[in-house]
Amino acid sequence: MRTLHKFHGGAHPPTNKTQSSSKPIVQAALPSRLVIPLHQHVGNIAQPAVQVGERVLKGQVIGIAKGRLSSAVHASTSGTVTAIDMTVVAHPSGLTDLCVTIIPDGKDEWIARESRDWRAMPHTELRHLLREAGVVGLGGAVFPSDMKLYSHKYKITTLILNGAECEPYITCDDRLMRERAAEILLGAEVMRNLLYAEEVLIGIEDNKPEAIEAMRAAMVAGKHEGMEVIAVPTVYPGGGAKQLTRVLTGIEVPSGVRSTDMGTQCFNVGTAYSVWRAVAHGEPLISRIVTVTGNVSNPQNFEVPFGMPVDELVAQAGNQPGTNGHIMGGPMMGFRLPSAQVGVIKATNCIIAMSEAMFPPAPPALPCIRCTRCAEACPADLQPQDLYWFSKSKNFGKAQTYNLFDCIECGACSYVCPSHIPLVQYFQFSKSEIHAREHDKQSADRARERHEYREYRMEREKLEKEEKLRAKEKAAQAAKPVPASVTADQIDAATEAQRKIQAALEQAQAQAAETASRNTENLTPEQQAEIAEIEARRARIRELAQSHVEQPKE
Amino acid sequence: MLTAILVMSALAIVLGAVLGYSAIKFHVEGNPLAGKIDAVLPQTQCGQCGYPGCRPYAEALAEGTAEINLCPPGGEEGTHKLAELLGVDFKPFGAGAEPKPKAVAFIDENTCIGCTLCIQACPVDAITGAAKQMHTIIAAECTGCELCVPPCPVDCISMRAIEEKITTWKREYPVYTLQPVS
Repeated sequence: MRTLHKFHGGAHPPTNKTQSSSKPIVQAALPSRLVIPLHQHVGNIAQPAVQVGERVLKGQVIGIAKGRLSSAVHASTSGTVTAIDMTVVAHPSGLTDLCVTIIPDGKDEWIARESRDWRAMPHTELRHLLREAGVVGLGGAVFPSDMKLYSHKYKITTLILNGAECEPYITCDDRLMRERAAEILLGAEVMRNLLYAEEVLIGIEDNKPEAIEAMRAAMVAGKHEGMEVIAVPTVYPGGGAKQLTRVLTGIEVPSGVRSTDMGTQCFNVGTAYSVWRAVAHGEPLISRIVTVTGNVSNPQNFEVPFGMPVDELVAQAGNQPGTNGHIMGGPMMGFRLPSAQVGVIKATNCIIAMSEAMFPPAPPALPCIRCTRCAEACPADLQPQDLYWFSKSKNFGKAQTYNLFDCIECGACSYVCPSHIPLVQYFQFSKSEIHAREHDKQSADRARERHEYREYRMEREKLEKEEKLRAKEKAAQAAKPVPASVTADQIDAATEAQRKIQAALEQAQAQAAETASRNTENLTPEQQAEIAEIEARRARIRELAQSHVEQPKE
Repeated sequence: MLTAILVMSALAIVLGAVLGYSAIKFHVEGNPLAGKIDAVLPQTQCGQCGYPGCRPYAEALAEGTAEINLCPPGGEEGTHKLAELLGVDFKPFGAGAEPKPKAVAFIDENTCIGCTLCIQACPVDAITGAAKQMHTIIAAECTGCELCVPPCPVDCISMRAIEEKITTWKREYPVYTLQPVS
């Protein structure tokens, strides 16, 4: 039996998982339209690869991964692209982003898919395949998985699969593990191979005994070696990557250090599943399991194509009167969607229909009484009451020295606060403000550099001009005393110089002739035939190109 | 008596040498305060302060010959920072010198005649183009100083406010008001 470790703090919010966890995953019916954002991942936005009016197939690339850190985006079903424009997306800001709108044709026609033998593939090719398949972390961070599955510099010994799912209401990973355990484990094998990791630890909170059972059974049935399914105690936020690593291995990742430096790498179980689908079935990431719960008549998990509008998805679970909004994610870390028409994205693990009765408006925040209950609950060992103080007074430098950026925004502090202070919102405000200032500082530094260089350049140009002017004047002065008469000697000297120049030119020409290409002479008949053939081909291509260009005119 | 004098003069010579050496070794060109002030200024190089760039304004501030409320692009926060740095009281902006929302210049490329006047005016080399060729703004480098707007003979340069995008979005300061009990 493995000894488990504990992380600091935590909270025990009501889990509310049973409403949706008992029913199997249902394939969501095709919606009337799909609104697929091209920026669903961490990194650069994908570049549109289709045009309005084009017919696309299910799994066809509609956004090409651009730059090192990026991921491809695909059509979730077959249909016609009707728009590529700025549309409101599932983001707390409520702002618009570039989206591809597809009207499904109902045929659900796949592109050609190819199953690959991952054991025979080089690692770089495998990583490229994942990038092209748009595989990103499905735990919520949507970080491109190919970037995380890179173990050159660091020695990774332990691959951790995160099936803890600590956030209340969400049961998508639970259902996935119960129903598709074998494929999750096969995906884990691919990941382990990429990371050269020795062991795979699968952490599942002990409030999901069926999932633990299913995973253990699949491990035995699939004859997986060096894997272990471990039940971890149910404490929020036990599903945080750092927290789960701590519980399973006892390793505490220090501030500012990556977990890979400590020899561990953590992935969500859903990511492992989509890695397997991409490698073994050639299916890019075009759908995911989403829990639809809250104020609906039939809370359950759906397999949802990306881009499906939230209102159409919620309607399939049964709309109920009194819904006044939707939360994406859980009640602790999720955010209220700006509109019910936004499309489901790769980060959408749960949609909660809110009602007044289920989510009453937060009571007004009272002054902080410095009870330090938040510090007791903080899983990152921070002092939220101090961070709150600094954030409130916009003392960002001080907040940073108190390790604001180690805050994982889990919301445990806000949950336990007896004064109902929305602590996390203050921390989020501080973080985004610090980021903005850093950005401003960088652009100011760049502007200073450019300005200084311009000053230097102008100074240099001025000097050069003066120099030139002076040289000109000098030359003019030197040329002034024109000789009155030209002597015979001088004429001789001139003709001599002319002759010398002529000789030099002739020599140069002779040299050029000597170095001319020699591969056009003394050819065998075969070589000549080959050349003739190539020439003929060139002529044909030219002709084709010409006719191709002229065709549209007719 | 003589020993005392010798000791004192030896000390004086040694210390004098040390001081003289450090004066050469640790010599600082210009006023170091000006560098600190320059680091706080927004580097738009717009000249709204009446000085030809941020550095000259910083030097004037360091000498104490300029007011601290002459930099609208730095915003009120910038003025607060300057006040703190210089140990003087905060001063609000004068009428007509309030900060404007951040903007970048935009060249209407259909109208541009390629005269290069704006290129010569740009303090940060953020305009590309050549004589009788179309010019364009490198938006990422534009500081929004508006110095290119007046020289344009065909008025094809306009300032466009930077729209908020998801990547530049900032979270708002949480405001929760207590409701009085009736």
